[in-house]
Amino acid sequence: MDNLAYPFDSSKILKNRKKIKRQLMNNDTVRIKKNIAILGGSTTNDIVAILELFLLNNDIEPMFYQSEYGQYWQDSMFENAELTEFKPDIIFIHTTTRNITEYEFDMTTSAETVEYQIQKQYQHFESMWQSLTKKYNCPIIQNNFEMPSYRLLGNKDVSDFHGKLWFVNSLNMKFYEYAQSNRNFYINDINYLSASYGLDKWSDSKHWYLYKYALSISAIPELSYNVSNIIKSIFGKNKKALALDLDNTLWGGVVGDDGQNGIEIGQETPVAQAYHDFQHYINKLKSLGITLTICSKNDIENAIDGLKHPDTILTADDFVIIKANWENKDKNILDIASELNILPDSIVFIDDNPAEREIVKSRLPMVATPEINSVEEYIKVLDRAGYFEVTTFSEDDISRNDMYKANIKRLVEQQQFENYEDYLLKLEMTATIEQFKPVYIERIVQLTNKTNQFNLTTRRYSEGEIHEIYKNEGYIKLYGRLVDKFGDNGIVSIIIGKIKDSTVSIDLWLMSCRVLKRYMEYAMIDTLVEKCRQKNINKIIGYYYKTTKNSMVESLYQKLGFKKTSDNDKGDSVWELYLDNYENKNKVIKVNVEKEIVLNE
Amino acid sequence: MNEMEVYNSLTIIFRDIFDDDTIVINNNTSADDIEDWDSFEHINLISAVEKQFKMRFTMKQVSTMKNVGEMVSIIINTKE
Repeated sequence: MDNLAYPFDSSKILKNRKKIKRQLMNNDTVRIKKNIAILGGSTTNDIVAILELFLLNNDIEPMFYQSEYGQYWQDSMFENAELTEFKPDIIFIHTTTRNITEYEFDMTTSAETVEYQIQKQYQHFESMWQSLTKKYNCPIIQNNFEMPSYRLLGNKDVSDFHGKLWFVNSLNMKFYEYAQSNRNFYINDINYLSASYGLDKWSDSKHWYLYKYALSISAIPELSYNVSNIIKSIFGKNKKALALDLDNTLWGGVVGDDGQNGIEIGQETPVAQAYHDFQHYINKLKSLGITLTICSKNDIENAIDGLKHPDTILTADDFVIIKANWENKDKNILDIASELNILPDSIVFIDDNPAEREIVKSRLPMVATPEINSVEEYIKVLDRAGYFEVTTFSEDDISRNDMYKANIKRLVEQQQFENYEDYLLKLEMTATIEQFKPVYIERIVQLTNKTNQFNLTTRRYSEGEIHEIYKNEGYIKLYGRLVDKFGDNGIVSIIIGKIKDSTVSIDLWLMSCRVLKRYMEYAMIDTLVEKCRQKNINKIIGYYYKTTKNSMVESLYQKLGFKKTSDNDKGDSVWELYLDNYENKNKVIKVNVEKEIVLNE
Repeated sequence: MNEMEVYNSLTIIFRDIFDDDTIVINNNTSADDIEDWDSFEHINLISAVEKQFKMRFTMKQVSTMKNVGEMVSIIINTKE
């Protein structure tokens, strides 16, 4: 929704909160439901109310638990029937510098004593995180501390161990060290947020004394937005690809008119430098696994010519898809999405031209189309919007662009074969399909949270849940990894089957869209059947839960020879397969032929 | 700024905050008259009014204000 798109008007959001919520609830978007516990060291009401808007806008429907005023620690440390009943999927701890209790300004205190106080304060928090993790085993989002609003020692406050600024910064460092060694723990960086917002504006003592808000009311949307970015990233709702315009977006000027020599990129002029820095930023996004594509109204020759400029950082090679033509941009963006096998709502469209943005916004409202202003602002707008908020980072992210490129090569090869199966055989595919391994848990969680299309039940799992399943003998839990002559596709398919007596129920079966139509699903079901037979299981039950995005697998079970046993008017169905006469379906992928090289170890 | 103008602007703010286009306010309107007007919405209301009239209530004013009439007279006095 436009009102909630970054950069937003905070006062408008605060004032029209009810109306915005009503509008969000009125559109029939399918949302994942998540339970979010907010444990506050100060008032959190508005923070929660605004967070709700941003989450709804990201297709997450939150249920909230809020601690009583200031009870964050008690709620975490002691028996809490209500919170246990609530079963949080995420816990957000909203504490601030107001909650620091161990610091007392005293110039006679020794360095050792200060160090002890810092450690004691830290322990107060760490013991709480440990307790929460033990009880709820879900991701924790924890504020760091904002800088204090005054400095008794002036500039020395930051470097003298008696200073509060020293205390805050030291404490923050300890939080970061905890974050580095605990994967399910995320820092909500209010220290950065308050600095970028302006520290004096960030806190309003009046709002503290009157309402016990540790930050100014008008800063609340900034805070809530930041938290919503972390949450949506954890649940796999980050954007995946950039669709970039060229003229006056990646370089100054119009290459079709000005020629390669005439465009501004490099170090020659202030404008050229600004574009240079923007290209540099985009290039680094690519290294984080963001897919780059071009969507430009240009002749393809001119576009390529511009990307060959001697001072360009980005070259044609950096883009998985280049759409340089005279079609409407909304059509090109849809084509990009379908060629990448991603949904349009995973794309961020960057274009300097307000008219082009307007068309895309109105025809494809699910595509993120930020108002990027002028070139010196591009980085800031893109960066603060948090489209690509990093919460997990896997091997897969590093090689994603290469994988997409290999996919495009496969497509070219496919066109040379008349018989599709011949083409598949020529791909020389080999798969590893095994029970879960600890090194893959992160990737498995990532897949369960972001796969929408080939996903029979669309069940989302937290890292804790996957870990439980990994350890539980009552499940058959398979991951599938597919390699072919063009490259390694990584872990692309997951099956979780719950064993009961001589039956297995498929709680989850998903496959990444990057390997659609490679018959990997046959290899997966064959292996599942094989594992079932080893355990004397003779029946598999499959479920299809309809969503707006998974119609491609509506008749998957039918295709695999299952019999439908029931269905309902929502489009959900239940299927069963007896294994007595099952014959293997996969004929094109070699499964488990070589010993797998395990990544990341 | 006269009382009429203040009332007109205030009415729009009230309608936005409580998402109810039928709200009509007068001097005696208080939290008892509007169902959703709790302490939580009161904070938003004060912030929105401050933003709209480019003024700030003192802490004392915020904690003692009893009805819309008092709010209007504070606004008018501050703007004079």
